[in-house]
Amino acid sequence: MTGVLAFLASIGRVILGLLASVGRVTLFALETISHILRPPFYWREFGQALVQIGWLSLPVVGLTALFTGGALALQIYAGGARFSAEAVVPSIVAIGMVRELGPVLGGLMVAARVASSIAAEIGTMKVTEQIDALVTLSTHPMKYLTVPRVLAATLAVPVLVAVGDSIGIFGGYLVGVTRLEFNAAAYLKNTVDFLEFWDVGSGLVKGAVFGFLIALMGCYFGMQSGRGAQGVGRATKSAVVAASVLILASNYVLTEVFFAA
Amino acid sequence: MITLNGIHKSFGNNQVLRGVDLHVPTSESMVIIGGSGTGKSVTIKTVLGLVEPDRGKIEVDGQNVAKADRDAFLARFGMLFQGGALFDSLPVWQNVAFRLMRGALKKPKDEARTIAIEKLRRVGLKEDVADRFPAELSGGMQKRVGLARAIAAEPEIIFFDEPTTGLDPIMSGVINDLIREIVVEMGATTMTITHDMTSVRTIADRVAMLHDGVIQWTGRLDEMDTANDLYLQQFIHGRAEGPIEAVR
Repeated sequence: MTGVLAFLASIGRVILGLLASVGRVTLFALETISHILRPPFYWREFGQALVQIGWLSLPVVGLTALFTGGALALQIYAGGARFSAEAVVPSIVAIGMVRELGPVLGGLMVAARVASSIAAEIGTMKVTEQIDALVTLSTHPMKYLTVPRVLAATLAVPVLVAVGDSIGIFGGYLVGVTRLEFNAAAYLKNTVDFLEFWDVGSGLVKGAVFGFLIALMGCYFGMQSGRGAQGVGRATKSAVVAASVLILASNYVLTEVFFAA
Repeated sequence: MITLNGIHKSFGNNQVLRGVDLHVPTSESMVIIGGSGTGKSVTIKTVLGLVEPDRGKIEVDGQNVAKADRDAFLARFGMLFQGGALFDSLPVWQNVAFRLMRGALKKPKDEARTIAIEKLRRVGLKEDVADRFPAELSGGMQKRVGLARAIAAEPEIIFFDEPTTGLDPIMSGVINDLIREIVVEMGATTMTITHDMTSVRTIADRVAMLHDGVIQWTGRLDEMDTANDLYLQQFIHGRAEGPIEAVR
């Protein structure tokens, strides 16, 4: 009996811990939003974050999209050949990229690159008392560190997704035309004809949500970082894991909201 | 004038401060000494609001700090952190002029840079340091930049957290002399935390010893050597034998 109670208590502790974490992250997110809406706003830090998160993530997002688009074309061609539907390759590549793979894979790549770097930077600032120094210099750490990064990621990731979508479709086009012997003009026509505005729009909305979550997780775990190198390492790992899981979970929720029958 | 009354603070089961009472008169230099982990840094962080006390009251010039307007309150303070706490992403001059480039004390960029360079000179650094990044500087130079940042906005109250830790004896002497000169020149009220008895003798007007979460002894510097307190005498003479356990 005691063993059963101990087992149930341990499950209860895990659930309570999880709920407490969700509560803390939610409060952090609400505090971030409230600071976004109130001055002062640090434009210089926002500009730097935009370059770090947006511009410098372009190569990794572009390469990911290019290879994904190419592989997708090969897979759809092989699958479609089983019921003589090879012609759907351009439209399925386009829809698959803009609705799902562009935002999700782009989001995951940005999460790996950006959430880790934000968490490590802010975590190091915390353990070296730079965040305390900010406070003594009359500067709110949420406004100076979190708001510019969260806002920059929320605006930059949809742009990255749009660029990634285009490069992914181009990857599919390259494979379609060079390897699968599609007619170039017909491939492009099929791509454009079957794409609807909301296919692209939904992917961009997902990108904005993913960007918000990525920067939020980086900032949250950085601010919560424990002492020393081990604390910063743990914060960095947690930020990437949490951002990745939240991207996949929110992707499902958003897909339900946008496309459920 | 800074007054701490019955300050208690614990972290989990670790009761760090058990009722700290301390009075720092205006324009005087108070140095807090005590062993590692006795809560010296926590004490000054409670004054700045970086750590919220569990109990007790802190007043600065008769104003309860818990009820003060944060920005106006913090604008009166400067702080030199133990490791410098310089912002890695900013060049030295922007670290020094940080407060002068934002908020209520904001000045034009050129003016802020001129003031930063003047403060760097005041702490013995040349103008060419201004455009370097903190990571390019030695530990002693980083401390001096931290000191320049602490005095940049000419605060009324300055806190120094372990100003000579990690420095060689000569650089420690330079920093101690600079702090004393600046304190006298600016007429600021200061609180310094240190283990370094040379710093105590150079910087202090008054000394307080923190032990076991309370102020064990406090008095003027010239009273310290003759004080009849076994804890204080053990600490200032660095004796392994005495009422303070060597293994903590």
